Amino acid sequence: MKKHEIIDDLNAAYLEEARGKKAQGKDVPAAASEDFKLIGRATPRIDGRLIVTGKARFTHDLSLKNMLHAKILRAPYASAEIVSIDLSQAQNLPGVRAVIKLKEGRVRYEGEQVAAVAAISEKIAEEALQLIKVDYKILPHVVRPEKGMEEGAPQVHDSANVEKFNEYGRGNVDKGFAEADTVIERTYKTAVEIHHTAETHASIAKWDEDRLTVWDSTQAVFSVRDGLARALGIPASKVRVIKTYMGGGFGSKLGVNEHTVTAARLAKETGRPVKIVLSRRENSLCVGNRPSTFITIKGGAKKDGTLVSLTMKNYTCGGVGRGDRSSEPLIDIYKCPNVKVEEYTVYTNTGASRPTRAPGHVQGTFALEGFLDELANEMGLDPLELRRKNYSSANQGETGIPYSSKGLSRCYDLGAAKIGWDRRNKKPGEGRGNKRRGLGMASQIWWGAGAPGTLADIKIHRDGSVEVICGTQDIGCGTRTYIATVAAETLGLDPEDVTVKIGDTVYPWAPSSGGSQTTPSVAPAVRDAALKAAERLKLLAAAILNVPASRIVLADKKLFDKDNPGVSVSFQDAAKELRREAVFHGERNDLPAGFAYNSFGAHFAEVEVDTETGQIGVIKVVAVHEVGRVINRLTAESQVVGGITQGVSAALFEERLIDDSTGQMVNPNLQNYKVATPMDIPEILPIFVDLVDPRINNLGTKGLGEPPRIPISAAVANAVYNAIGVHLREIPMTPDKVLKALQGKEVSS
Amino acid sequence: MEKMSKKRKKIFSRRAFLKGLGGGAAGTALASKFLGRGLASPSQEKETAPVYSQKTVTFTANGRTVSLEVEPRETLLEVLRQKLKLTGTKKTCDRGECGGCTVLLDGQPVNSCLYPAFRVEGKTVTTIEGLAKGEELHPVQQAFIDKDGYQCGFCTPGFIMSSVALLSKNQTPTLPEIKTALSGNLCRCGNYSKIYEAVKTASERMRKS
Repeated sequence: MKKHEIIDDLNAAYLEEARGKKAQGKDVPAAASEDFKLIGRATPRIDGRLIVTGKARFTHDLSLKNMLHAKILRAPYASAEIVSIDLSQAQNLPGVRAVIKLKEGRVRYEGEQVAAVAAISEKIAEEALQLIKVDYKILPHVVRPEKGMEEGAPQVHDSANVEKFNEYGRGNVDKGFAEADTVIERTYKTAVEIHHTAETHASIAKWDEDRLTVWDSTQAVFSVRDGLARALGIPASKVRVIKTYMGGGFGSKLGVNEHTVTAARLAKETGRPVKIVLSRRENSLCVGNRPSTFITIKGGAKKDGTLVSLTMKNYTCGGVGRGDRSSEPLIDIYKCPNVKVEEYTVYTNTGASRPTRAPGHVQGTFALEGFLDELANEMGLDPLELRRKNYSSANQGETGIPYSSKGLSRCYDLGAAKIGWDRRNKKPGEGRGNKRRGLGMASQIWWGAGAPGTLADIKIHRDGSVEVICGTQDIGCGTRTYIATVAAETLGLDPEDVTVKIGDTVYPWAPSSGGSQTTPSVAPAVRDAALKAAERLKLLAAAILNVPASRIVLADKKLFDKDNPGVSVSFQDAAKELRREAVFHGERNDLPAGFAYNSFGAHFAEVEVDTETGQIGVIKVVAVHEVGRVINRLTAESQVVGGITQGVSAALFEERLIDDSTGQMVNPNLQNYKVATPMDIPEILPIFVDLVDPRINNLGTKGLGEPPRIPISAAVANAVYNAIGVHLREIPMTPDKVLKALQGKEVSS
Repeated sequence: MEKMSKKRKKIFSRRAFLKGLGGGAAGTALASKFLGRGLASPSQEKETAPVYSQKTVTFTANGRTVSLEVEPRETLLEVLRQKLKLTGTKKTCDRGECGGCTVLLDGQPVNSCLYPAFRVEGKTVTTIEGLAKGEELHPVQQAFIDKDGYQCGFCTPGFIMSSVALLSKNQTPTLPEIKTALSGNLCRCGNYSKIYEAVKTASERMRKS
């Protein structure tokens, strides 16, 4: 494929440089010096056949004997007092097995659980919901954060609607501003986004005496287990959570859901397994969202672009839940001695927020990176040069500890070359005509170092078959495949030779699959277990072959003497020498102290803005990421493609709309909540800077889940700015906003 | 409902359907159900007796002739998933917005969540489970694996069915033609550009073979 050739071309020079360093005896990490056969290549998913034949079983697809179906009655009002609930009619409907109350007193958002039914079919359960009589006393509500902040606004919780939740400072911002040659202040807004996973949330609960088993569409079997145990007042040891295939999470399937607890309660009450599948509407209302933000940044720089002072104030709204801490990129990524941050949550009568792919960083990056472009323009600087000028090698703007590895400058080089950065309008909006092209870029920082203590077992059977067992989840990132790849690489096998068992709390512990931590947690644990297994097998082979174990190599399904490859024993024959099936325990190491572990990237976008219709077309995106070692290039590319598509979607279309007067969501579906379709997708070129982190873990790998989602909306907004000369400062950048901005520009000029 | 216009073998009318079910009072009651409004509670439980009037439909599903009772409110999607246990076809939005439930009906892609089950009489339905010939995958399926044309895999059956429908009519689709043919399918993981590569690869392989 042509695309790969280009990528390899670009990286060749960099790898050449690393090899040169190695030849000169300079510091190149041990992990980098290994030549891998499988790791780092494009490996198709080992379970692809199941997915494309429809045999992959998602929670939606599971059915247990004697199973009942549950539905939940949800509050239709944003704010009300439940006066009374009458379940009797619903209880009398034939086919209904249980009806339970879930709420008394105050309901605080549309979609809050009120009561639930378990019946012999979904349709009967739905009918029964209509027979539950609830008397509500409707109370005043507030659904917009700007109104929630007003004095005398209806109070959402028992405390004030506005709550400070984050404060940060270093240096002296006033002194900094006094030293600056240019100071500007701008405000940026982002809308509430809904995760809208393809598979709506679903759970099945089944009791065997006092033991509960739950099949859940989740990103986090262990945290669901612990959450259920807490909610039901039973020990975690009595709960088992299983995840099979899962149709998208993006953060909305982290932690236990209320409806899962409800299913468990109904299962207990009826003595039968209970399945609950949420509707698209429920998924819009009550399983989370990305909080909106209203971020004001004031920044000052010296003539040459050196940043001297940055302040940020964020009002963020996550409904009845928390807003997102969005200041991390501003605090961390650029060199700046004086910084001050204040962040406030504004509570409203809307569904609670939940982590949404790169929570806070997405919104904070949209604001920060937009601000930098406006500052660069104000100062007559190249936006990319402004970023290079303030490049830092330590976190917290050079005031903290050094990054263990940081390949961002390489991302800038590769991205600028590939997009043709010189083609940009030197002055934003200088182009003419109805269709204006523009280029924009944005930088990215994220954590994603992985969770120390993650466990994985490798079991070698005496017939030579191999299992990897780990309680992690494959949420669509190809986890099963890289587990097989890492084990196979280490043991000299093919990925197909490895049976992967994941997604079950009876397996060794692994963290939630969120925050880009799965790969850098799980892959090193598997590698550790596989290295231990390899050591044992080497000893067995050494005895068979009569050569020192230190000379034994595992490759091509054999163990052989590296000095005399003809002297070999097959993997299978070596395994026969095991006394019994053998389990090797692997663990992800602790992170060495004294370093900051972050991933980096830069997106370069080209857009075309139609100045007559206000429509923005994203033409091309070059996405360069530094995530340490890439384990599987094929699935890594998919991560990048997906992050960009979601970010383009958020930049142009996505917004939860709530009617101010009724407090109800008006687009709780996929028709009126607009998401990007196949027609809206730019040409996407993912590039990886293969910089192997020397100490993060035994594979030198960082996480990639969040990074590609972070800078894209900002890069698109900056490209629009470059095209039309006015920064929209608000996503989604719908045509009406573009036209209004263009009008405003005409008036002011 | 149907993504592509097509000639229907039999013209269906609601009146004819109600007549077929016995007409009269039952017809009136059914009509109200039919329009999505609730009926009075059913007198008997589903576990022991039918809840609503049913109609027997006979059709071909993945090469197999099936004959079963359906309720007027049942969709093809529900019949496939619940009665035939063909769970490869997914319920994603349940209102024709996302293409996740796409199946082929006499070769045409339809959103099975909007398709009344009783209308499937005499037709041929192909689902994701019916594409492979034994162990041999359809070229579109193989290309989705090779090009990683999926992430979570939930929307994949729908995309594959839409892609198969496209390639059965157009063996040399351009990128805009691929995008248009797939425009009724949503992939929330956002893997569209990988899916295009898969479809393009499949079309090349199908031309060669």
